[in-house]
Amino acid sequence: MLKSRVIPCLDVKDGRVVKGVNFVELRDAGDPVECALAYDAAGADELCFLDITASSEDRGILLDVVRRTAEACFMPLTVGGGVRSVADIRTLLLAGADKASIMSAAVQDRDFVSRAAQKFGSQCIVVAVDAKRVSAEGEAPRWEVFTHGGRRATGIDAIAYAADVAARGAGEILLTSMDRDGTKAGFDLALTRAVSEAVTVPVIASGGVGTLDHLVDGVRRGGASAVLAASIFHFGQHTIGEAKRHMAEAGLDMRLDR
Amino acid sequence: MSGPRRARTVIVDYGSGNLASAAKAFERAAREADLDMEIVVTAEPDALRRADRIVLPGVGAFADCRRGLDAVPGLVGAMTDAVVHEGRPFLGICVGMQLMATRGLEHEAAYGLDWIPGDVVAIAPSDPALKIPHMGWNTLRARSIHPLLEGIPTGDQGLHAYFVHSYALKPVADSDVLAVTDYGGPVTAVVARDNMAGTQFHPEKSQKLGLALISNFLRWQP
Repeated sequence: MLKSRVIPCLDVKDGRVVKGVNFVELRDAGDPVECALAYDAAGADELCFLDITASSEDRGILLDVVRRTAEACFMPLTVGGGVRSVADIRTLLLAGADKASIMSAAVQDRDFVSRAAQKFGSQCIVVAVDAKRVSAEGEAPRWEVFTHGGRRATGIDAIAYAADVAARGAGEILLTSMDRDGTKAGFDLALTRAVSEAVTVPVIASGGVGTLDHLVDGVRRGGASAVLAASIFHFGQHTIGEAKRHMAEAGLDMRLDR
Repeated sequence: MSGPRRARTVIVDYGSGNLASAAKAFERAAREADLDMEIVVTAEPDALRRADRIVLPGVGAFADCRRGLDAVPGLVGAMTDAVVHEGRPFLGICVGMQLMATRGLEHEAAYGLDWIPGDVVAIAPSDPALKIPHMGWNTLRARSIHPLLEGIPTGDQGLHAYFVHSYALKPVADSDVLAVTDYGGPVTAVVARDNMAGTQFHPEKSQKLGLALISNFLRWQP
């Protein structure tokens, strides 16, 4: 039986984890590699790095982080942020990432998804979709793709977009509700459900996790194959183990290898 | 004269992604199993001929990987000499395992090494709600007893392996299937025949189960 996955996501800026990880005694809570090792030991099913480095000159620092993480952690690693070309993906994969997550570049040029999937295989191409509800209260729900951290509207229907990039070879959709991100109010389950039903590839639900029940809902009600969260893990509110046990007690199939 | 040469495991590097993490996983497994051996990442045919054990990784599409193998002059010949003629232990990983088949039918048909007669075909789960690729952690069901799986708990309550694939090897002979995983029906997870074995999942990404399987491979005396 395939298990639902729990994926902690670390924001990395100039090679450092933004705000750090506080759930465990780390020598250096801002070192992505130390954080990755701690999550590996805690039973995370995968790990995600989101590079929010402003300048492209600092890309080398991220690649070094990816390299050191891949050599220390024997678990799958997805890296996103600033992935704009086939060459960017190759560089990440050669550094040791298992999957590269594409966002804005796929919005600007959907054929990029096809080229990337043909070159490296769908298994390592994740397309990140940042979606915001644009329908009014009482209307049939509609979501639009946003870029630039939710600030820039694209006019593109999020569900149709997800279906299109999946058909073009994305192996997975990382779906973030920009309405819920940072609110701790739970995933946008209608959005998650609509996207998982529109694509045949796995969907990772993201944005809004505040409680462990939210994780359960993402899988059970949203139909997600994986749930991604940041702050509830980083700040020690819950451990990965607690999250997975809670999901298992709620009846979901989880990997609890110890 | 130097002392006896250290046993050498070669991870075949033919341009199929980063092998540093695979090499680290093999080094760690060797250390944990108290085995004094060298892990070498290379595509050098001479090194393959001299290898005590050979590991063939692979990510991406079957035909691309086949082209990658063929692009290194002498590689397939040297690997065949060492594995088929000399009987050195061999482990294929993911597409490296699929390449052991007769043919791959992903996008375009391509020939494999034909060490495990059979085709690599699209996974077709009986439940249409199941997502493709089969991506994530799944348990194994062992079909027979084999040194490669020694000490590894299998079955529903067993340890998990990390899979990410849309195609799977369907051997002609059932006896070549050592373990399956369940994804809307049985999917080949481990194959083994004589001195050759292969895993559809990624042992180098599979934490506890992965390290245990790698240690078993490094100790395997077929």
